[in-house]
Amino acid sequence: MSFITGVGLTSYGKHEGSSSLDLMSKAAEQAIADAGLKRSEIDGVLCGYSTVSPHIMLATVFAEHFGIRPSYAHAVQVGGATGLAMTMLAHYLVDAGVAKHVLVVGGENRLTGQSRDASIQALAQVGHPDYEVTLGPTIPAYYGLVASRYMHEYGVTQQDLAEFAVLMRAHALMHPGAQFHEPITVADVMASKPVAMPLKLLDCCPVSDGGAAFVVSRERTGEAGIRVRGCAQAHTHQHVTAMPALSELGAEISIAKAKAASGLAISDVRYAAVYDSFTITLAMLLEDLGLAKRGEAAARVRAGHFGRDGEMPLNTHGGLLSYGHCGVGGAMAHLVEAHLQMTGRAGKRQVRDASIALLHGDGGVLSSHVSMFLERVR
Amino acid sequence: MSDRAADWTKGEQGIVYQCCDACGKVQYFHRSFCAACGTPDPVEKSASGAGTIYATSLVCRAATPETRAHVPYNIVLVDAVEGFRIMAHGDNDLVIGDEVTVRYQPFAGRLVPYFAKAK
Repeated sequence: MSFITGVGLTSYGKHEGSSSLDLMSKAAEQAIADAGLKRSEIDGVLCGYSTVSPHIMLATVFAEHFGIRPSYAHAVQVGGATGLAMTMLAHYLVDAGVAKHVLVVGGENRLTGQSRDASIQALAQVGHPDYEVTLGPTIPAYYGLVASRYMHEYGVTQQDLAEFAVLMRAHALMHPGAQFHEPITVADVMASKPVAMPLKLLDCCPVSDGGAAFVVSRERTGEAGIRVRGCAQAHTHQHVTAMPALSELGAEISIAKAKAASGLAISDVRYAAVYDSFTITLAMLLEDLGLAKRGEAAARVRAGHFGRDGEMPLNTHGGLLSYGHCGVGGAMAHLVEAHLQMTGRAGKRQVRDASIALLHGDGGVLSSHVSMFLERVR
Repeated sequence: MSDRAADWTKGEQGIVYQCCDACGKVQYFHRSFCAACGTPDPVEKSASGAGTIYATSLVCRAATPETRAHVPYNIVLVDAVEGFRIMAHGDNDLVIGDEVTVRYQPFAGRLVPYFAKAK
């Protein structure tokens, strides 16, 4: 058994003058306070990576900086899936008695700490150094390739994809910490600058500064009981050139295993937190996870299905697309928001019922997947 | 070295792939073993350069000065007739399903495979 006992999240956007360690520390402090714990009670640390300040031992660099001496600490690297992969590991660590309170933390000054070109270039390196990177692809191009194929096979249009950007922006307008506060329309998305077709600027998440953290504990530390009900991973490839057919991607494998591990079905889910690095990522994952039928996710967006008051509220903070993406912390914001929803602390974003949440993260080019069910227990 | 097949990743005009004697699987990324069955020393072969477009993405925003000089350029995934998939460049108007053949073009200081519709 494990509980998410505290969460912390900075605003995303520009944090001029803050280092990756500063942003990690800020989020960590919030999460520990939220759990009602003292720093000294944290006996495990899992952290991600920073492309701005790469280090071979980031967890101990962070622990020293933060002023704690954990009995278990190391970094985890699974690209965009890192946050949920760390949560999954923390769940097993506390369940096995290795640690009582594991701090899971990610943060990076990716926007102000390096040029946008440097960020794009750093991320493009998930490609194969000899067979792909030499061709000048970017992360949007890897996903652009996948998008072209998905649209071809399932009749999805660019206007369909634009709906996801509009939805995430509408949600971000309700969160003061989001990077973007201007509403957008499908026409705005369609007219935005081409990046890697069929993906345009507003189909892509931004580069952000920010930090996110949570505490995973063996026992609950307060009244709220948000527990990890079940989780699973799947890793089918690294490079898009080696990606299996669209019908054999990892999201379908990991969700099937997570359903088996938790004994839950998609019909039990009341809130969804799904990785959305690009509009195509969100469209595909929703359909792979069974939150919409093939090719029908956009229609569900138009029908209000994924809105705050819809049947399946989704990324109510605005997601990577509009809350922002600071690397490892990016998708951790999805879990922070899910936790706020599950504990009734989401303010004007609060949904009716978030008793069971489904979270899903994706790293690389749909390479690594983590699916997780969280449940509120009395 | 004269009996080695020409390989674009080494600056030459050719596409090399590997075929496993034991299980018959082909692979594009070079290894000293077959990734499907583990048998060592798969046979190196030269691809014909013919294939079908699997996916495309026209890159309009590049991240380095060298690649920016080429925008827009079309990144394509091609299913080679020999049974492996390759990332390459191609004509900007290629669509999924097009039958294509390869030639080689300079890009950011290297020679890269470039596909156009088969005549």
